Amino acid sequence: MPPTPANPATGQLTPLVEMIDIDKAFPGVRALSRARFELMAGEVHALMGENGAGKSTLMKILSGVYSRDAGDIRLDGQPVEITSPRQAQDMGIGIIHQELALMRDLTAAQNIFIGREPRRFGLLDEGALNRDAQAIFDSMNLKLEPTVRVETLTIARQQMVEIAKALSYRSRVLIMDEPTAALNDAEIAELFTIINRLKAEGVGIVYISHKMDEIKRISDRVTVMRDGEYVGTVPAADTPIETIISMMVGRTLTNEALNIPNTASAPVALEVRNLNRGRDIRDVSLSVRKGEILGLAGLMGAGRTEVARAIFGADPRDSGEIWVNGKRVGISSPKDAVRAGIGYLSEDRKHFGLATGLDVRNNIALASLERFVGPGGVINDGAMHDVAEKFIRQLSIKTPSDAQEARLLSGGNQQKVVIAKWLLRDCDILIFDEPTRGIDVGAKAEIYKLLNALAEQGRAIIVISSELPEILRLSHRIAVMCEGRLTGTLPGGASQEEIMRLATMRPSTVAEVHHAG
Amino acid sequence: MTDTTAPATKSGVRISGAFHRLLAFSGLIALIVVFSIASPNFMQTQNVLAILQATSVNGVLAIAATLVIITGGIDLSVGTLMTFCAVITGVVLTYLGLPLPLGIVASILAGTACGLVSGTIIAKLKVPPFIATLGMMLILKGLSLVISGTKPIYFNDTPGFNQIALGSWVGTIFPAVPLPNGVLILFVVALLAAFVLGKTQLGRYTFALGSNEEAVRLSGVNIDRWKIAVYATAGGICGVAGLLIASRLNSAQPALGQGYELDAIAAVVIGGTSLSGGRGTVIGTLIGALIISVLANGLRILSVPQEWQTVVTGLIIILAVYADILRRRTL
Repeated sequence: MPPTPANPATGQLTPLVEMIDIDKAFPGVRALSRARFELMAGEVHALMGENGAGKSTLMKILSGVYSRDAGDIRLDGQPVEITSPRQAQDMGIGIIHQELALMRDLTAAQNIFIGREPRRFGLLDEGALNRDAQAIFDSMNLKLEPTVRVETLTIARQQMVEIAKALSYRSRVLIMDEPTAALNDAEIAELFTIINRLKAEGVGIVYISHKMDEIKRISDRVTVMRDGEYVGTVPAADTPIETIISMMVGRTLTNEALNIPNTASAPVALEVRNLNRGRDIRDVSLSVRKGEILGLAGLMGAGRTEVARAIFGADPRDSGEIWVNGKRVGISSPKDAVRAGIGYLSEDRKHFGLATGLDVRNNIALASLERFVGPGGVINDGAMHDVAEKFIRQLSIKTPSDAQEARLLSGGNQQKVVIAKWLLRDCDILIFDEPTRGIDVGAKAEIYKLLNALAEQGRAIIVISSELPEILRLSHRIAVMCEGRLTGTLPGGASQEEIMRLATMRPSTVAEVHHAG
Repeated sequence: MTDTTAPATKSGVRISGAFHRLLAFSGLIALIVVFSIASPNFMQTQNVLAILQATSVNGVLAIAATLVIITGGIDLSVGTLMTFCAVITGVVLTYLGLPLPLGIVASILAGTACGLVSGTIIAKLKVPPFIATLGMMLILKGLSLVISGTKPIYFNDTPGFNQIALGSWVGTIFPAVPLPNGVLILFVVALLAAFVLGKTQLGRYTFALGSNEEAVRLSGVNIDRWKIAVYATAGGICGVAGLLIASRLNSAQPALGQGYELDAIAAVVIGGTSLSGGRGTVIGTLIGALIISVLANGLRILSVPQEWQTVVTGLIIILAVYADILRRRTL
């Protein structure tokens, strides 16, 4: 660990928060291993790392959502145990979640003091409630009516209410998880003004973000995590962006020689032209050939899943054409997409991929049930069983039988069941959205092998992944998105740095780079 | 069709999915034993047949409700739809004087058509099932009164109509078992519904929709069409219930019907079908309906006032659902 600079604002040497050698494991996953973090009073400390690096887990431990398996947490140099969010609050640790946790139908003031409303003669004292809220808003120099219903506020303003709520607990530590994700430039400026004010008052702020320019603008130090481990802490102002990026991606990755087949002459299986959908998808065009694996990279919220769902007809699109095997197809529902031979494997299997209460056999048959219907609409369970058994063998799905409920399978095997569903349906274009999320390392390798085999059979495959090593290991070509736009396409075997650069690129600079490239 | 084996839980207790069904069934047996001991009249053939006969209408309605509830929906209109179908039968047979088979067909078709309308409102207009069928419940109640001019329609001109529920085809073949036709029809409807649920595409999608509607949609299935089909099938079954009740009363009583939907839902819930969808059985619903009738009959034999019967039924519903919650928690 590099030497800790004395806090530039206060010169104080005892850190406000110290997290030392924190371990945390979830079933099958090692989330944190000897992770460390340190926060001074009056400091904005950015916490960075790729998706899955362990930032959120570490902060959830600090805010009492998870308990740690090993390691020490110190507050003002004193060891503490944080066992619940309530306790963290009492210690002055507040967290502002990415998804705001406000009650939309209540007023700003009612939200701030929920659970500790001032009372008079046993009745709620709305006057005192609103006065107290107003006092907090004043201290933030924020112009907001305490009596306004939260529902009517913009996301940015709702975030201010969240911050006010955290401050009302006299928070000395404020954790902000991607606070600018939904904000425009003016709103970001307003947020930064408030952050600077809090900083001047000695509040320590943990700032989780992917956006390099913001980090440079607002934070004092940057701590980088990778694969659940501490990588290093550097001063934000003097460290080049390239250094931070290479800390994030690391150099230890053993990139096994990627065998990129020559698909340049293969026919284009799927082409998307000028796809648009509100703010989420802006003029995205891409294509994938038979036998090709196209990686779709980008950070959370870049619009990759939105693109996949729009292609598949799961969400309506504003404009854009979809061509399959050289023919334009009208896709307005998943039914149309499946008919065109497109299968989509959602990132969220439990909600969108599997009927978890049904057994393995019926999940495999879910998209092709017609095939098993005999005379009188009666389902031929025997034939379905035979087909299910075939896929269970072929994809080595680990299940006691095809009559096992899908929810009782492990993540990797659930994913295989969904793959079997689309193979049975003869889909030649497969879109995998985070195919290995929640899947342990051993099963990951198996899924990778399966995807390669599917491509070799001539299927066109799009893989969306937030894990760069995964994108690099699988993709024959890599398309990168940022804030709803395609910021560039790279050949397979591109470096992680190149991808990260495109993934963190502000859209305004896109045109320029295309020009240069 | 699902979970006959489940993994051992943390507490080391093995719990099977049949547990709840078994619980309802043991509850039914326990009630029968208690009432048999308490009153010698309870197990008399006449009384047993009376219980079964009293179950037939609610049982058929509850089967209709079961189909809808397995999809994760709800149908509040089953009771007034039943009455509406009875009134339509009255129009066909008594007002128009058409032959009996046409009256039967008309009732089932009317039910199917109304179910089709409810299903379409739910699937296409995205009105929540609770609201859509609440609206249908009132619409059908009103229409029944309008069509009949608020007066009962009697079937005195259609000889044999009352045989639909009260006759005994079984009894003519086996005189020792004078099983009323109404009960026979309940069993036939139950068998058909169990077959549809277990063996057909419609049944498979019924469970799939309740298990995870979005996953079914993303599998490229036309979920609107199947949802409408489920409500239409349920409506057709309500048409059968309409015939049963009209036959038993030898009249279509237009003011009747409201309140039946709650008894039907109660039977479904006691029978272990989850209101959140995805799981449920016809046999469970039958047991649920029987529990309600046995309770009513037994308490009446013990001279417990009707008011208290209602209280007990309420308690049983809460107990049944609590048992289901306990089961889920231990899984």
